Amino acid sequence: MTVLDIQSVSKAYNGHQALKDVSIQIPQGSIFGLLGPNGAGKTTLIRIITRIIEQDSGEIFLNGARITTRMVREIGYLPEERGLYKKMKVGEQLLYLAQLRGMSKTEATKRIYEWLERLSLTSWIRKKVEDLSKGMAQKVQFIATVLHQPQLLILDEPFSGFDPVNANLIKDEILRLRDQGATIIFSTHRMESVEELCDHIALINKSEKILEGPKIEIKNQFKDGTYIITHRHSLNGSSGFDVLSSSLDEFGRLATMIRDTEGKGSNAILQSIMQNTEVYSFIEKVPTINEIFIKSVKEEIHA
Amino acid sequence: MHNIFLVIKREYLSRVRKKSFLVMTIVGPLLFATLMVVPVFLMDQGADGKAILVVDESHLFGHVFEDEEKIIYAYNTIEDEESAKSMIQEGKFDGLLIIPDRSIDDLSEVSYYSMSNPSISSLNHLERKLRNEIEQQKLIRSGLDQEFLDKLKARVSVSAFSISESGTETQGSAVGATAVGYIASFLIYMFIFIYGAMCMRGVIEEKSSRIIEIIVASVKPFHLMMGKVLGIASVGLSQLLLWITLTSAIMLGSGLIFSQTMQPPAMGQIELMDPGNEVAAGNPLEPVLQVLDSLNIPQVVLAFVFFFVSGYLFYGGLFAAVGSAADSDADAQQFMLPVTIPLILSIMLLGVVLNDPNGSLAFWMSMIPFTAPVVMMMRVAFGVPFWELGLSMVFMIAGFIFMIWFASRIYRVGILMHGTKVNYKVLARWFMSNQ
Repeated sequence: MTVLDIQSVSKAYNGHQALKDVSIQIPQGSIFGLLGPNGAGKTTLIRIITRIIEQDSGEIFLNGARITTRMVREIGYLPEERGLYKKMKVGEQLLYLAQLRGMSKTEATKRIYEWLERLSLTSWIRKKVEDLSKGMAQKVQFIATVLHQPQLLILDEPFSGFDPVNANLIKDEILRLRDQGATIIFSTHRMESVEELCDHIALINKSEKILEGPKIEIKNQFKDGTYIITHRHSLNGSSGFDVLSSSLDEFGRLATMIRDTEGKGSNAILQSIMQNTEVYSFIEKVPTINEIFIKSVKEEIHA
Repeated sequence: MHNIFLVIKREYLSRVRKKSFLVMTIVGPLLFATLMVVPVFLMDQGADGKAILVVDESHLFGHVFEDEEKIIYAYNTIEDEESAKSMIQEGKFDGLLIIPDRSIDDLSEVSYYSMSNPSISSLNHLERKLRNEIEQQKLIRSGLDQEFLDKLKARVSVSAFSISESGTETQGSAVGATAVGYIASFLIYMFIFIYGAMCMRGVIEEKSSRIIEIIVASVKPFHLMMGKVLGIASVGLSQLLLWITLTSAIMLGSGLIFSQTMQPPAMGQIELMDPGNEVAAGNPLEPVLQVLDSLNIPQVVLAFVFFFVSGYLFYGGLFAAVGSAADSDADAQQFMLPVTIPLILSIMLLGVVLNDPNGSLAFWMSMIPFTAPVVMMMRVAFGVPFWELGLSMVFMIAGFIFMIWFASRIYRVGILMHGTKVNYKVLARWFMSNQ
């Protein structure tokens, strides 16, 4: 089921095309990675979803209904540029932001305490934001985003500014929220976190969507028959495959990367190799998101 | 609507709780009270008494130098110039007036000696005394008798009355009206400036800290702007109310204290008066109260509150729009000028308005919403026809509604723009844009 349906959205600023006919479907309960190089149009798309700016054409539907400002209050949005009122106390600030989203005071207070406890910030509740470290302020900001239990979370670069320990903490919270039924869109250009968390991705480059789908499918789609073999004797390219590179590893074994040229499949290649040398390992090289990202973006540039 | 109230509440509480608000609330009334009470108090005390030694070699002015309230004259008790000067040096007298032995037609070289430079007013006082006597002597010499001269002196004092449309006459006081007008105009001017700038800084803070993106996801920009403008207006009104309460408390308190300590010296005069006036006569605030009596208090107060609030609303939105176009306080400067020029102009032209509070310049400046809050307040103190006041208020209301609409169109785009080089052309484009 699709939670957020983006249909042919375009947006231009003063003659610069920021988004061109972008359509993306975000399935219920997914962690959706919105990828793209700097300036590709990710933030513009997010700002259109959150109704901060209006698209020139196209439609966006949230749970089947055309999105309105009122509905945006139900979304949890963590902007890339973090900001809180520096002079306000942590507790009051969270309460204010929760009330703006329509929560009652008692309900909001209860959840604020729960979340502060969870992220071990309880003792900071009466401190002003300016007295907090950057990481703590980021955690407060994260709480502000999720406090009203949004069914749709939009996180723009959620891990920037966190040390590895806190990044893990936040990652666990994101997974927990997903398990509770929330759909999470996150925009990033840090591919490790996409690899770990996302089950769906879309890639935007130069204001156009160039890829979209479940992570596994995309990876399969980008498999180009490359295998990594460790073996004893040197290999020559023969029928069925090319040797891409070969080097000695620390144990004195050869590590060779080959590509299947005829599409016969791994068994056929393995059989032909086994006749020539002793094989220690044989794995199919599945492209990482990072490689897919770089490859797609580069292709775009060359095209 | 719910959100506007939340925003107002936040803007209000976050400012009222600041230490600077508390400090201003306490220091303000002390300052006002000092400004109002101290001059009155000093006037009452007057200058310190003085003793002046007069050495009159012409012996023409014997009856002129009779002791006055504050000055004691020793006329020709010493006739030797040198020993008189040494008396000054010893500090036995404060001043020495030496009149040379000349005829009355040729008396130009009078000299005055003292340890410190005498004030202009005390020199004037002495000069006037001598001049009057010389003129008198010359007139007598020309054949006019003393009796005729006494008749010649006319005492005139014009008391001003203003007649209201209903026909009641109130005694006017130009000085009082001027004072009240100035104070009210300046308060409005200061309020617009201080709180307008507060509005602007609030917007810049939200914009530069990027919290705006979170807020805008739940609040309409227009609501946010109105919440901020109104919240800060409430801060200003609270401050004003506290100031008025505290200032009057301090003034009443100090008035009571003065009236008790001041009674003994004033006794001599009071004997002749109605005993009921006793306290009032000793109260140094009496002149202030008299001035207040001469004004149409309800009209002044109502007009003040109206122009105070509407003037701020008129400019507050503009200040918010200026803030939305800037990434930092420094950026805001270039747009501040056109916003503040009409305000500064209206303060600068107050003197002209004062010369002719019902002239055409005053009339038009009190109709145009840009200058009306400051200028109209000055005029109201002198009394303004109801239709003019009403018309000005209607223009003011229309003005601030238009201004807030105008400002909000710039604001809603501006708050989300970062790093754009903003000039007036860009502002115009924001204003015209449809998003």
